[in-house]
Amino acid sequence: MRILLNNREEHFNANSLTIKEIMDIKSFHFKMLVVRLNDNLVKRELYGETVVTDGDDLKIIHLVSGG
Amino acid sequence: MINFNTIREILSKKVVGIAGAGGLGSNCASSLVRCGIGKLIIADFDVVSVQNLNRQFYFRDQTGQKKVFALRDNLTKINPDCILQVHDVKIGPNNIDLLFSKCDMVVEAFDDASGKQMLVEHMLINHPHIPLVIASGMAGWGDFEKIRKERSGNLYICGDQSTEVSEFYPPIAPRVAIVSNMQADVVVEYFINQYLKNAHTSK
Repeated sequence: MRILLNNREEHFNANSLTIKEIMDIKSFHFKMLVVRLNDNLVKRELYGETVVTDGDDLKIIHLVSGG
Repeated sequence: MINFNTIREILSKKVVGIAGAGGLGSNCASSLVRCGIGKLIIADFDVVSVQNLNRQFYFRDQTGQKKVFALRDNLTKINPDCILQVHDVKIGPNNIDLLFSKCDMVVEAFDDASGKQMLVEHMLINHPHIPLVIASGMAGWGDFEKIRKERSGNLYICGDQSTEVSEFYPPIAPRVAIVSNMQADVVVEYFINQYLKNAHTSK
């Protein structure tokens, strides 16, 4: 499948993946994240069951301390 | 074409919430007030300390004062016409609605990541129609070409999304000022674009 991940086109050798699987593949390991799938917020407890498929727009935003 | 008077007029009708009055919030507020924003709603519970002066819009003789009251004094000196509603409270899920649900736009200006996440989730779930401008990643120095703006629907993210504050990577004035002013610029840009779009469709 091809998806938009953080505004860049990414290709994965699977028809669908969960958000958790994509995070593992792409090594997103920050503690604080905001995840949006097609501009809808996905809560942390749903990363493992929310499925991403071809054409989806996924944003994984790192929240880091400082201000 | 619009000139600065028109920009001031557009902004004078807008209410912006600022969650936090530290390095991000105090500097973002000063820029918005200079641009002629109509009203700011600012909340923070903290007190001005000497250590804050390396990046925050306060002065030496204000140390010990509550940040929101010191900031109100400083902003009033820039533009006495801006309506300033300040709240000396710790922002949490229990008072976000009360503070910010009537705002045209909200700026996240916390220092710690868990506070940022709390505010983002609360706003996106409960007030998805209010544009939210957050900041993530502005510690240390240099590499400002990595600082950027991203957008996801009504959520705008300013920062490099990687440089985390630590003992050896402190937040210091230049990059904090850059990101807080990017947040102010997102606010200004949003309202001007909204005006131009409405002017276009009403023709």
